[in-house]
Amino acid sequence: MSGTFVGMPAFPTAARKALEDAQLRSNLNHATHTIRDKRARVVAEVDDWEDLRVAGAAIKDEVLTNLDTYLVRLEESLTRAGATVHWARDAAEANSIITGLVRETGAEEVVKVKSMATQEIGLNEALEAAGIDAWETDLAELIVQLGHDTPSHILVPAIHRNRAEIREIFLREMGEVGTPAPAGLTSSPPELAEAARLHLREKFLRAEVAISGANFAVADSGTLVVVESEGNGRMCLTLPETLISVVGIEKIVPTWADLDVFLQLLPRSSTGERMNPYTSMWTGVTPGDGPQDVHVVLLDNGRTDALADSVGRQALRCIRCSACLNVCPVYERVGGHAYGSVYPGPIGAVLNPLIRGTQSPVDKSLPYASSLCGACFDACPVRIDIPELLVHLRSRVVDEKRRGRPSAEGVAMRGASWMFSDSRRWERVQSGVELGGKALRNKPTLGRIPGASAWSDARDAPAPPPETFRSWWERERGR
Amino acid sequence: MSGREEVLARVRAALADATPTPAPAHVRAPSPVADVADLFVERVEDYRAEVRRTAAADLPAAVADALAGVATVVVPDGVDAAWTSALGPGVARPDDGLDAAALDQVGAVLTGAAVGIAVTGTIVLDHGPDQGRRALSLVPDIHVCVVRASQLVADVPDAVDVLAVAVGGGRPLTWISGPSATSDIELERVEGVHGPRTLRVILVADA
Repeated sequence: MSGTFVGMPAFPTAARKALEDAQLRSNLNHATHTIRDKRARVVAEVDDWEDLRVAGAAIKDEVLTNLDTYLVRLEESLTRAGATVHWARDAAEANSIITGLVRETGAEEVVKVKSMATQEIGLNEALEAAGIDAWETDLAELIVQLGHDTPSHILVPAIHRNRAEIREIFLREMGEVGTPAPAGLTSSPPELAEAARLHLREKFLRAEVAISGANFAVADSGTLVVVESEGNGRMCLTLPETLISVVGIEKIVPTWADLDVFLQLLPRSSTGERMNPYTSMWTGVTPGDGPQDVHVVLLDNGRTDALADSVGRQALRCIRCSACLNVCPVYERVGGHAYGSVYPGPIGAVLNPLIRGTQSPVDKSLPYASSLCGACFDACPVRIDIPELLVHLRSRVVDEKRRGRPSAEGVAMRGASWMFSDSRRWERVQSGVELGGKALRNKPTLGRIPGASAWSDARDAPAPPPETFRSWWERERGR
Repeated sequence: MSGREEVLARVRAALADATPTPAPAHVRAPSPVADVADLFVERVEDYRAEVRRTAAADLPAAVADALAGVATVVVPDGVDAAWTSALGPGVARPDDGLDAAALDQVGAVLTGAAVGIAVTGTIVLDHGPDQGRRALSLVPDIHVCVVRASQLVADVPDAVDVLAVAVGGGRPLTWISGPSATSDIELERVEGVHGPRTLRVILVADA
């Protein structure tokens, strides 16, 4: 039903196209500035915000460097609480496990809570191929799904759409898949939300199977946590008989007590609220309350590759708040689609190459999709040093391209080292530079340098002076 | 190799050169709150929920007032009978295994709570006997929630402390901060999507 990111072009190509869309830029500018201000206000209310960030990073680092222990502990806790645990090495394995579980129930449709992990693995497409309808129930995901579109933001996947576009999509598409949009629907946000309520209510009330992700998984107790706003999450987590949750292996926190840090960091960073409207926490099966058939799929899908990178590992601390997107000068202008993944923005520029590798054109280009201004690091609630990771990944991309051959820059640097290491060599080079400087006397810059035009076309290198400092010193103060 | 064994083997291989980070000392920042009840009311109202404060003796009247005009209200078994004593005959109905479709026809739900958090204006349900199973406080469009002043705590870490027992006992929790809301259309907040569109909180002074 929805679009796909497969075969995306490199970032600069996709970005150029996005930048031509004036409507998109206006929608994004409005949305990112609104949420940026809200976040700044509620973060300023918390006196110990920096301490919380440090604690959030430390808790996640401890989990990541002991991840095997915590995964086994989580599995034990979940099993003890009545849940069935499945392990998926990659997207295909996860999709096949989930499709099999849905088939066993006999259901022909599932309701879905917004989940980055299920988008990452392309679950909806896999279910569709198996003849199972997957209904997205988060309002923004619904807009994306009904619009046959791809998400462009972690928190607000339809951030690129304005109210008029959403109204058109609802009027055109809702009737095709269920309760139609009310006649006379206007583009006022409360009316659009009401249309979504009416459209989805019949699906919630009849649903037998729900699929969710999880924001956190508590290893000690086996408690899963879903943080949301609309109540669609609560509907999916409460009403159906079967619940399947897809949980990335990095989502673990060690103990219940650790959640206090993240329940303060996440809502303020994410929606800019002191607390999001609804948070659901459940521990396996509760007799007589909610789903009685509970499954958890623990997903690797490249996360262990990121874990193996001693610098890149910190990206797995990410709690998917999207604060880095909202403050990014690049994201603000090009939007999320150009990043070619469900994870756009600064975190996507590092997470995608880390978990997918740097083979495809888009993954190779993502580490360059940044001005390295550092706003993302300042906003990150778990202190992921995204600029450091971008530079790290740039060097990886360059190294892979050279495949062991020396780079032009490396050769130049070795030459410079030879030149600087002997004063007589240096003086001889300088007298050559003086000749060049005299020849270029009236030109302030070098202009196009043959053989290095890719570099010189975008930069103004100053022409060498007609006299070097050394010869000036010799002339004026010498002897 | 099974998926489980292979994922664990990959994790161990990935961490071969890593120094395990020790568990961090737990930070617990004190939240200086002058008047927990005042702040709770202010912050709940900030989400555009309705808050009433009442003395214990006036609770039945406050409940009747919060439910004025509602034809039926589902009441979990553990709710104190006094709370519903001022309702008209036949308005309160017990939770006798209503399915989702039947709950959708009920006008409102009346529950107690486990904890109220002042700084964030949050109510936490641990779905104990006076709160009922999760569907009760989800499907009806009006949620009237009675919070006792003694259940209020200052901030999130205090609530996490109090709730540890319920979680340890396997109970599900629902944290509620205002009515259902969305900001998915141009990041403009709209109250009322799938959860109860009206949240009325009654804060009862301790007797």
